[in-house]
This record gives sequence, C-alpha cells and structure tokens, in this order.
Amino acid sequence: MRALVSIVIALACYEVIARSGWFAQALVPTLPAIAGTLWAMLIDGSMAGHAINTLYRVFAGLTLASGFGLVLGFLMARYRPVEGFFLPLVSALMPIPSLAWAPVFILWFGLGNTATILVVFYAASFPMVINTWSGARAVNPLWLRAAGSMGAREGAMFWKVMVPGASPFIITGLRLAFQRAWIAVVGAEMLAASAFGLGWVIFDAKEFLNADIMLASVAVIGAIGFVFERLVFGSLERSTVLRWGMVRAAKA
Amino acid sequence: MIQISQVSLEYDTPSGKVLAVDNASFSAAEAEFVCLVGPSGCGKTTLLNMIAGFFAPTAGEIRVGGRAVNGQGLDRGIVFQDFAQLFPWRTALGNVTFGLEMKGVPRAERERIALEQLRLVKLEKFAGAYPHHLSGGMQQRVAIARALAYNPGVLLMDEPFAALDALTREEMQRLLAEVWRETRKTVVYVTHNVAEAVYLADRVIVMTPHPGRIRAEVRIGLERPRDPLSVEFLEHQRQLLRHLTHKEEEK
Repeated sequence: MRALVSIVIALACYEVIARSGWFAQALVPTLPAIAGTLWAMLIDGSMAGHAINTLYRVFAGLTLASGFGLVLGFLMARYRPVEGFFLPLVSALMPIPSLAWAPVFILWFGLGNTATILVVFYAASFPMVINTWSGARAVNPLWLRAAGSMGAREGAMFWKVMVPGASPFIITGLRLAFQRAWIAVVGAEMLAASAFGLGWVIFDAKEFLNADIMLASVAVIGAIGFVFERLVFGSLERSTVLRWGMVRAAKA
Repeated sequence: MIQISQVSLEYDTPSGKVLAVDNASFSAAEAEFVCLVGPSGCGKTTLLNMIAGFFAPTAGEIRVGGRAVNGQGLDRGIVFQDFAQLFPWRTALGNVTFGLEMKGVPRAERERIALEQLRLVKLEKFAGAYPHHLSGGMQQRVAIARALAYNPGVLLMDEPFAALDALTREEMQRLLAEVWRETRKTVVYVTHNVAEAVYLADRVIVMTPHPGRIRAEVRIGLERPRDPLSVEFLEHQRQLLRHLTHKEEEK
C-alpha cells in the first residue's frame, strides 16, 4: 500500500513536468501517451516478445551463474587450496563492470544471445560465489557436530546440513544476482542483441526519437524487476528462511 | 559401559602448552547417571567432547561399550547447552527423525519412533512446530528426544539446562530424571551446578582446574525422587562444595 503511494506521487510529479511545456512533447511524452504506446505494444504482442527474449537471457545467465556460484562457493568454503586459488581471482574480477566485457564477448562470439548471456552470467556469478562461500562458513558448528554424532556422512552433511544452514546467505545471493543480472541484461542487449529484447527496443527507439517507446520499455523493465523482487524472491524467503526463523521479517 | 583410562589432553597456545585434562580416569556402569562437576576451565566439557569423539585425547584411552572411541558414533547421543543446536529448518519431528534418517529407517517407522520420543519429553503436541516457535526449555527437550531417537546406549549432556531460568531448569531436571528412569541410558552429564548434580546423579565426579583434574568421586545414595530441601540432600551438596573449594585451602 505504502509502495503504491510512493509510486503514484512520483508519477504525478513526472506528469506535471511533462505537461509544463518546458520540454518538447516528443522527448518528454505524457503518461497517457506512454500508456497508449505500451498498450499498443502489449496488444500486438511485440512487448511480450521482447520481454520473453530478455527473460530468457536473464534466466539462462542466472541459472549458469547460480550453478557455478554454488559449486565454487561451497568448494571454496570446504577446501582451503580452492579458496586460496579463487579468492584473489574473485577479488580482481568482481569490481570489473560486466558491461565492460560486452564488446569482448561480441568480438569472440558475435552479436546475439551468447554474448548477452555471458554478460549476465558474469554479473550474477559474483554475488552467488561470495554469498555461498560466506553462508557455508557461517553454518553453526553445533549443527555439524550434532549431525555428525547422529551418523551423518559427507553427503548427508552437505545436503541436509550445509545447504539449508547456508540458505539465508544463498537466498540473499540469488536476490542480488537477479538484480545485477537484470541490470546487466538491458545494457548487454543494447550492445549485443540484434532485433529483440527490452534493452534493444530502448536503444533502437533512440534512432527514431520514440521517447514513448523507450519509456514504455523502461516501465516494463521496472515492473518485471519489481514482480520478481517482491513476489518470486519474497515468497521464496517466506517459505524458507523466514518460516524457519533463520532471518527476521522487516518491520512493516 | 564407559571406561576412561588415564586420559590427558594437551594443546598448544601462543603462550605454551596447556594441560586441559590431566590423567583423568573414571567409569560409568550400564544405566548409571554420572555427573562431572567443576568450575569453568576444569576440563569437564573437554572430557565430554572426547567421549563424544569430537577430538582424541593426547594420552590414555576411552572405551564405550567395550570399544575404543574413534570419532563420532551412533552409540552415543549428545545434547549441548546452546538452544541453537536444533536444525532451524526442520520441525521438532524433523529434528528428532534426523538420526533415524541417517540410519536408513523407513519414513513411517522413523516418524512413529520420533513421536514416541517427543511423547517421552511431553512435546508430542509440538511435533510440527519449528524450533524458533518453541521456548528454550522446549527446544532442549527436543534436543534430548533427538539424541535418544536412534537409541544410543549412552547419552552425553553438556550443561543442557544452564541457559534456562531457575524454574524451568528445575522442571527440566525432574523431566530428565523421569526420562532416564524410563530409558535406562548410561548418562554422562556435565554441570557446574552442585545441586543439579546431587539431584540427578548416581555418582558425581568432582573436577578442579589448572590443570583439569579429577578431585573426588562421590556416590549419591539418596532415594529417588529426591527432595532438594532434605537434610541428606544438603549434606551431599556441602560435601561436594568442600571438594570443589579444597584446592583454594591448600594455597
């Protein structure tokens, strides 16, 4: 409810500026104009096509990054030499913006999905690695002792103690990874995608001064991000770590 | 059942070697309740951890059920002081079934056994609750049920009620005495609380620190259930306290 109030007030401010006549209508279209464009693009299915392409790239990259991050994070926490080898690499590569790699990946793999997915993968990997690694080290040693005294061997210890024990960190890692992936995909599409994707639509619309299409796409990007953040990750958290009392709910 | 023979544990610190346990020997018979009592630093928890198999003594031998202890095993159940020992992602029932799951007991069977254990600690109504919804005392009862569920011969307890308020602690002690009477486990129970030891134990091993040594063994021959306000009870308490403060008098 409070979220709705913030959004409505922000939109109203925009509308006042758009109607003030300070800027050209073509550059700062009014909300009804943007809504009209959005509606038209939803009706003809073009917006859905772009969104599906973008979501496909994000989830391909995110899935790869999650798998990679979980495996490497747990290995780093478990084996000191692995940690010793990869930690400096992670520290060196993490600060590089994923978009800096886009031209390199385009050079290597050409325009299209491969380069875009790799950029997403790069952006999403680090939160997954770091959080899994931190989460595994934050597992309460008492759980390991208790499980060990109840006969848990390596495999059960990992799946039934380490993974759920590290889950608060892992879920936060997934959240951060999605955010970074979602930001990265739009940028990557501007550079590497040809003909499809929300990022590409914005970039393409610039050529024709179609500010309404650009802003409609921005709105869709924001809306999808919001839905995933609130609904998907929010409910994932509610059904696991919040339910287990491993993290506390924010005060409403 | 449990045989501790000339066990020592020495570890290195930046300021040199520390002797945490010095040449400790005692035994616990089948179905006997033994308390290790002493102030912090006397090595009682270290000794318990070695019986549990978390680490090995630097000298001496520990045998449980005739076999030399080598690492953790299902012949020993353990309960810690910290409430956080339960798995927060499992319900009370899920916590209690863990050991049976590791043993490969089929699901229906392990849930039946786990419910039975929860009934023993009077928590069958809370089988579906997650640990964070249970009070400290209830969590410790789940931990006891969990350690008993896979039917180990020995129950090792490390100050399980020390973090509870006094009223709950007394209630827990009564409950534990009852559980012990019904299950007839061999119990090694670590505490710094003298009254608790007199209430629970058949035999009390008194330990003193620097280095951790066994100072005395006191048999508690009182009838159960015991009355903590009786003259005999207080007499035993006084006797234990005498042993505990003995070292100070020597100095």
